Amino acid sequence: MHALVVTTGRDLRLDLFRGIALWLIFLDHIPSNLVAWGTIRNYGFSDATEIFVFVSGYTAAFVYGREMRERGFLIAGAHILRRAWQIYVAHVFLFAIYLAEISYVATSFENPLYAEEMNILDFLKQPEVTIVEALLLKFKPSNMDILPLYIILLLLFPPTLWLLQFRSSLALGASVLLYVLTWTFNWNLPSYPSGHWYFNPFAWQLLFVFGAWCALGGAQRLAAVLQSRVTLSIAVAYLLFAFVITLTWYLPYMSQYVPHWLEELIYPIDKVNLDVLRFAHFLALAVVTVRFLPREWPGLKSRWAWPPIVCGQHSLEIFCLGVFLSFAAHFAMVEVSGAIWMQFLLSALGIVVMVAAAGLLSWYKRAEGRSSGSRPKKTPDADLAGGEA
Amino acid sequence: MKTPIAVAAVSAALYVLTSAAFAAEPCDIPGYLLFGNNELKHVAEAVRKERRLTIAVVGTGSSILAGPDGPRSAYPARLEAVLKQKLPSVAVKVVTLARTRMTAEDLAKGMEKVLADEKPDLVIWQTGTLDAIRRVDPDEFREALDEGVETLHKGGADVILMNMQYSPRTDIMVSYGPYADSMRVVAQQHEIPLFDRLAIMRNWSDTGAFDLYAAGKDNVLAQRVHDCIGRGIASMIIDAAHLHPEPKAAQ
Repeated sequence: MHALVVTTGRDLRLDLFRGIALWLIFLDHIPSNLVAWGTIRNYGFSDATEIFVFVSGYTAAFVYGREMRERGFLIAGAHILRRAWQIYVAHVFLFAIYLAEISYVATSFENPLYAEEMNILDFLKQPEVTIVEALLLKFKPSNMDILPLYIILLLLFPPTLWLLQFRSSLALGASVLLYVLTWTFNWNLPSYPSGHWYFNPFAWQLLFVFGAWCALGGAQRLAAVLQSRVTLSIAVAYLLFAFVITLTWYLPYMSQYVPHWLEELIYPIDKVNLDVLRFAHFLALAVVTVRFLPREWPGLKSRWAWPPIVCGQHSLEIFCLGVFLSFAAHFAMVEVSGAIWMQFLLSALGIVVMVAAAGLLSWYKRAEGRSSGSRPKKTPDADLAGGEA
Repeated sequence: MKTPIAVAAVSAALYVLTSAAFAAEPCDIPGYLLFGNNELKHVAEAVRKERRLTIAVVGTGSSILAGPDGPRSAYPARLEAVLKQKLPSVAVKVVTLARTRMTAEDLAKGMEKVLADEKPDLVIWQTGTLDAIRRVDPDEFREALDEGVETLHKGGADVILMNMQYSPRTDIMVSYGPYADSMRVVAQQHEIPLFDRLAIMRNWSDTGAFDLYAAGKDNVLAQRVHDCIGRGIASMIIDAAHLHPEPKAAQ
């Protein structure tokens, strides 16, 4: 019950960073996009996915945790599963759009330079297998891996949340144990046509549960550590180290300055299984952010912070829209022009559309709230913060 | 009055000259994408001592071109032509052992045979495309690369790894990232050069040297790109084996 003390009012920083993460994911998902050079994945080990999973765990615990305390395990659990179903439907919808786009782009494509790349379209030859495998979440086109991860995380969330409420350290410990066992025994879910899930849910759950743990009092317990100068220095040093290492990926001649033993130690930095270096990089980013961006920072209420915040508050819808827009941007680059000005234009346009859509959703929500006064107040709040997509 | 006109005329002339120079040289690859510090010692020795250089290109569909003049215009043949021209006193031979639909693991298994059959001084190993398309486990992909490179090194051959083609039309359908990363890591660990075809072709697309979005059955584009790739690898080999005294002096 101690958790109640922590969660007074909404921490706008969460929405802000989830909104920014949504923009970055959109930019990273447009293939061949020069603007994506500005996204954080090029300056360190972790990327927007980490921010997104963590914030989603945090908000899910914040919203469903309160509901579980007030209305019981059954109701909160049912709401979480309904959310998982919504995300599944959204995923299948996006898959349909994806099929439409690539079937169109691919049929007109006969460049002899890319004879080998045409094998990508093999799956179109067997729609009866592909579509069933997609519905089973085994066939996932590239860039469509995050929603299936969320579905699994949410399916496992009711018992996790229950445990977090009563034995939070035990729950976090269990999560770490699962992560370690996953690394030891190479657990993962199978994919079609081969391989495994690109975001291994057994590994990535660590970040989601850690976010939830922070929301339910963990952040308070870490306060002393977070405020210490030593922690900050370590975090800054690690971020610098990660930056230098990342630089060597893009400037190969610099890799001669990386000692061999270090290469042996750090590589490969495994995204599939949420490499510990990535997790640490996210933690370091979080330490620095929490330090220099206090919760009461007035800028969070300013007009400049509104666009990312409003996007972060409707994360499922805006995430799906972002995936759709990245397909659309790719389509425009293929059919109209892939020039650099076009990449900038499409990137900016996409973000404008995302903000406009999020603003519209907020307006709908407010209008609905006004018209039906009898509506229980809980539901819109849960939607607002529970957008775990 | 005359000075501005003269300045304008000279700048116009310079502009025309430089743009003509750029147009004539579409194969430019920024140095940072091409030259590392990994050396091709075996190649250097074979050229210095025996004045011969046998190169085997092991790869998949993107190392060959279809059509009657395909074999002549694909990058292995272009590489051979450029090396013969730049190293006139060396007996250069490039053999292509490319087969479509092969993963890195399939190719790694064939490396013993490549060594036995061709006795190459250098193997250019082009791979990764099918692995990324099939979403082979990145760990297994890396293990296959390790195995292949170790086999080749044990057999006394130098290795250059070559990654995927940049294909803007299809890149939304496949994620090359983890596979390109693995290839870079394996190249670093074994201290072998990586011909980063993905980044190089991306650079050509971004600078406008080639329109890689083009959809038509245009053989000319494919041949020009392969010609440039052949030239790029030739420069990389000459640099990494220190075969050219003149550019070394400039460094």
